[in-house]
Amino acid sequence: MAQIINVSRRDMLKAAGASGALVLGAHLAPRAMFGEAQAAGASAAPNFFVSIDGSGAVTLTCSRSEMGQGVRTGMPMIIADEMEADWNRVKIWQAPGDPAKYDPPGKDAQNTDGSRSTRHGFDAMREMGASARYVLEQAAAKKWGVGAAEVYAKDHRVYHSGSGKSLGFGQLAGAAADIKVPTGDAKPKLKHPSEWKYIGKDMPVVDNFDITTGGASFGADVSIPGMKIAVVARSPVYRGKVKSFDATEALKVQGVEQVVEIPALADDKGAEFRALGGVAVVGSNTWSVMQGREKLKIDWDLGPHVAHDSSTYDDALRASAKKGGLKIRDRGDVDLAMKAASKVVEAEYFVPYFIHTPMEPPVAVVDASRTPVKVIAATQSPNQARHYVAEALGMDKKDVECEVTLLGGGFGRKSKADFICEAAIVSKEIGAPVRMQWTREDEIRNGFYHAACAQHLSAGLDADGKVTAWKQSGAWPSIVGLWNPVAKNGFGIEFGLGLVDLPYNSVPNIRIENGAEDIMIRVGWYRSVNNIQHAYAMNCFANELATAAGRDPLEMLLELIGDADNMDLAKDGVEKYWNYGDSIADWPIMPNRLSNALRAVAEKSGYGKAMPKGHGLGLACHRSFQSYVATAVHAVVHDDGSLHIPRVDVAIDCGRYVNPEGIRKQIEGAVIYGNTVARHGKITTTKGAVDQSNFDDYPVTRISDAPLDVQVHIVEDFLHLRPCGVGEPGVPPFAPALVNAIFDATGKRIYQLPVGDQLKKI
Amino acid sequence: MIALKVNGISRQFNGDPKMPLLWYLRDELGLTGSKFGCGEALCGTCTVHLGGEAVRSCVTSVADAAGREVTTIEGLDSDGNHPVQRAWRAENVPQCGYCQAGQIMQAAALLQANPDPSDEEIIEGMEGNICRCGTYQRIHAAVRTAAKEV
Ligand code: FES
Ligand code: FES
Repeated sequence: MAQIINVSRRDMLKAAGASGALVLGAHLAPRAMFGEAQAAGASAAPNFFVSIDGSGAVTLTCSRSEMGQGVRTGMPMIIADEMEADWNRVKIWQAPGDPAKYDPPGKDAQNTDGSRSTRHGFDAMREMGASARYVLEQAAAKKWGVGAAEVYAKDHRVYHSGSGKSLGFGQLAGAAADIKVPTGDAKPKLKHPSEWKYIGKDMPVVDNFDITTGGASFGADVSIPGMKIAVVARSPVYRGKVKSFDATEALKVQGVEQVVEIPALADDKGAEFRALGGVAVVGSNTWSVMQGREKLKIDWDLGPHVAHDSSTYDDALRASAKKGGLKIRDRGDVDLAMKAASKVVEAEYFVPYFIHTPMEPPVAVVDASRTPVKVIAATQSPNQARHYVAEALGMDKKDVECEVTLLGGGFGRKSKADFICEAAIVSKEIGAPVRMQWTREDEIRNGFYHAACAQHLSAGLDADGKVTAWKQSGAWPSIVGLWNPVAKNGFGIEFGLGLVDLPYNSVPNIRIENGAEDIMIRVGWYRSVNNIQHAYAMNCFANELATAAGRDPLEMLLELIGDADNMDLAKDGVEKYWNYGDSIADWPIMPNRLSNALRAVAEKSGYGKAMPKGHGLGLACHRSFQSYVATAVHAVVHDDGSLHIPRVDVAIDCGRYVNPEGIRKQIEGAVIYGNTVARHGKITTTKGAVDQSNFDDYPVTRISDAPLDVQVHIVEDFLHLRPCGVGEPGVPPFAPALVNAIFDATGKRIYQLPVGDQLKKI
Repeated sequence: MIALKVNGISRQFNGDPKMPLLWYLRDELGLTGSKFGCGEALCGTCTVHLGGEAVRSCVTSVADAAGREVTTIEGLDSDGNHPVQRAWRAENVPQCGYCQAGQIMQAAALLQANPDPSDEEIIEGMEGNICRCGTYQRIHAAVRTAAKEV
């Protein structure tokens, strides 16, 4: 971990460009994000995450992007707890992109994805709080001329244990500013968990008032003086280019001021998170530029990806999955075990492309008419945004600043900087700040798609109905294509998203392969990523094996997983298992935690009880982002094929946790997200172009088909272990639990997502 | 020229009368509480009240609002304490928050018309509003909570 840096008050003042009172971030955006901390009197800032002013107001830094996962509540809670601040006197300040200051764990440069904020930041945030408590306590001890051991902070004051006298944090701020925080062995002590007052307790969202009154500031809500608004016409086919265009009619639209070409990205450059090119219409208001864009006449060179057509591509994926090829896990001898099996079962599972559809389409404000360039954006990754904007403008990254607004949903889409680069390129071209607004159609047609995926599975059962061999082979277009367009196979991170780490540790013979396929579109992270297809295939196939063996699905699943406290993939020939970027010593794969969560959800959901006709209960479980989640779906399939989900139970073991209310909300949301994946989501292409465009042809879950009774059970048996991810792990087990419930209710297996109207054909 | 009232203030608009109310509110008046989510009356993030009824401002033109009273989330209650807003906070509904202004405006209109909706009526009334973060369970509960107060 990087050291906590002592920030002297003078440095902070210098950094803020202020004299006298400490001003944290004079921001242009409205109230919600940046409660402008106009400090009263002397201030102490023992590190980049805490400042205390003379009135006792405490400003805590949130350095991660808020997209609904509750990070602006959860991370500051940790600091406030350790420093004994009163939550009601705390304001949250959103940090800009600056990893040297705002990524103390030094692991991900503030890139808010991978469900890792708490996992990576828990210890660091505790230390930030502890160092603030330290300087306040030291200041009090000094003032009173007593030993530091005689004083203690509590509820925004420091007390002298002998006399009972006390001073408020505000009264101590000035003196605390001069106290250095020791490092190494002398560094401030952390509280014992039994002393925590916020960590582990329910806390509502800090931005609730702003959100419910329209005052919260999202990307599209940012306005800066002189700003123009732009939309871009992009190629309907991945990496198509503008041959020529005619803007005459567009320019006639009232409010349209300029039409600017964004040059196509050079052929020898990978798409990465760069702008791909197009024609921007710039004007004074959003409606005008949208109208203007309609009037553009563009002749496109659509390029080679016109060959990307779902009618043929899906079959190619299936064939490739069946063929397999690249061996990525090999335990025992699968071929031999299959030959010796008394029964072999085979199946194929398919998941189509999905697109993120955060309610807020991508949007960014950039002023490239000045140096440093100013970015204010709904981004999950402000420092990657700085990197790509700098590259697009031919500048140094240090000359690009990036502030982060609230994100109206992210789901992985907003970790990519392409829309921010577009804003930067147009801003530079016209010499004025630009707000680049994407429409829903843009978002659906020009996105980064969740990889379509075919999986071929086979398993051998012995005479007792035990699984002796498991073979699974998947094929999908890899995210790696963003960097290497000619790649055909996946890579370690994708393999590690629930495939190579197949948790069925009791199976003596396991082989996992990856089949090759061309990459024909931008593929990108999507909430829980490839875990979706992997969890779907393996949980449903395990259920299928239970049926084939005449066994109970829960008993079968528990037997497959077993109760070992460590599954060592290195022993199965897995090369460099990435483990979500974490050390395997700190976060080992623990099958016992998965079976423990599964038992918990089985019990809570009443698994095993008799169900009326047309009702079914399905189970699934999956480890992802270090958490262990088991889901039970109660589904009802009516005679007309309509589907209703009266209840969902989810058990999550995420180790040490911060905000249980936040966990419940993330799981409730993940169930709804999973419901879209399972029942609705489907992107297809025709001649390279995405067929869908808005919520009419790309439906997502509405309240009318949403499970409205989601019961979340936080499993505490491993509370002493490190924090694990929460934002994503609830998604993967939902679809297979639903599909298994549908089988339980009807005897029909769903081999291809989404369920859509497949039940109507029963 | 079009005259209308927005959150109780008289306004006059000289631009394209076909401009959707949403963009007039956001770009011209700086009332950014109403959000853009689809532009096609498919998601409800842009919901405002026109003459007391919930409408999708992305498909309602400024001309449609001529001579009428528009209320946005900013004007629902001067202190942000409309029963629906309070219920939303009590149930801790928001995740990202982007859809919630539309949800609240929809729910407020629903309760105005039907102060004691059944579970089914809440679902029917809120079906046009998408929440991609998946807060429906809490939305449903919050409408019920607010109904007790309206
Ligand atoms: S933006 Fe108006 S309904 Fe979606
Ligand atoms: S709270 Fe994020 S879309 Fe509803």
